[in-house]
Amino acid sequence: MLGNWVSFRAVPGPLAGMNLNAMSELLARIAQERDAAAFHELYQSYGPRVKAYLVRRGADAATAEDLAQETLLAVWRRAGLFSSAKGSASTWIFSIARNLWIDRLRREVPWQELPAAHAEATSPDPSPDTLLAENEVQIRVRAALAELPAQQQRVLELAYLQGLSHGEIAARLGVPLGTVKSRVRMAYQRMRAAVEDLK
Amino acid sequence: MTITHHLGSETLMSFAAGTLPGALAAVAGAHIALCRHCRDELVWFERIGGALLDDVAPLPLTAGVPALPAPGTPPSSAPAGGNNANPILRLEAQNFALVGWRRIGLGLWHHPLPLPGNGTLQLIKAAPGASVPEHGHGGAELTLILRGALTDATGSYGQGDVADLDQEIEHTPIADRKRGCVCAVANEVPTRFHGLLARLFQPWHGL
Repeated sequence: MLGNWVSFRAVPGPLAGMNLNAMSELLARIAQERDAAAFHELYQSYGPRVKAYLVRRGADAATAEDLAQETLLAVWRRAGLFSSAKGSASTWIFSIARNLWIDRLRREVPWQELPAAHAEATSPDPSPDTLLAENEVQIRVRAALAELPAQQQRVLELAYLQGLSHGEIAARLGVPLGTVKSRVRMAYQRMRAAVEDLK
Repeated sequence: MTITHHLGSETLMSFAAGTLPGALAAVAGAHIALCRHCRDELVWFERIGGALLDDVAPLPLTAGVPALPAPGTPPSSAPAGGNNANPILRLEAQNFALVGWRRIGLGLWHHPLPLPGNGTLQLIKAAPGASVPEHGHGGAELTLILRGALTDATGSYGQGDVADLDQEIEHTPIADRKRGCVCAVANEVPTRFHGLLARLFQPWHGL
């Protein structure tokens, strides 16, 4: 097997990884003022991560770079649709990159376009307070994931980054399908428990 | 529309991760478009993706920042098709006018929807009181009710409800005795029917 390659940071915190509040401010400037400088900054932060995500999903470097550009251009075009209902900036950008990758794989009708395209679920002018609250949720989620048992982290990485189905994960790890599903459920419950007091 | 049957967390996680087979993703996506509850739940699973994206080791981009549309271009909204970007909901919105139903017999019609990716997808129309013979699944099955209602051992499903069944379940769904039912059914692998009646159904369901 691949051995111990789990890549979560040991000590996550608001200062590790993304500054989500800064990112939502950039998105707001793009949405409201079509601010190219804000876009450049967002691009420098997320472009290399989206590229890395797509390479993990199996894209070659050139395709990953293309789709990373496409993802960020979609962010430029749709910034007005961003709201806390879609999660933090990271969550929203992840969803767009995922959809573009699926479309590329299928080269057909965009079957999974809907969630990112939901105009009615968003307000054109998201309130800064709800975005700050959403960023706090995202930081807690990240911390909760970093504290999961390694077996549960492994399942999430194989699904989200390697793109394996639950059946494929079971085969890869040599465990029953039910075990994979229960690890997913436990990870979900830990994540929800970590934000309980915010609601 | 009051939705009472939702997608399971394993299905939502696979949808969020982008690993759900195409047929199942189409049905799940249609339900998510109709269901506020599942939309909110989906975001929880997408937050996991957001956290992983934050923590992935970045790979430098070789090209510069792409050219942007000229200032003053208004931000575009949802792609053409809006809420009906999902092909199943588009057919439903047109009241199935473009659907060429094929008669199977016993009060059942179907319309296969070819699509890329794994799994099979079809619309099924059942006359009032018609039933689908008992069957099991080699993999997951998602059924979204588009018109009327359907009942089986796992419960009663109305418009917008989704039956998210895994491979352990065997069932004999029966359409509403007054209104019948139109539903979209996705299977991870072709369905297995039992008994003699099964032979009748195998040729169409295994598409």
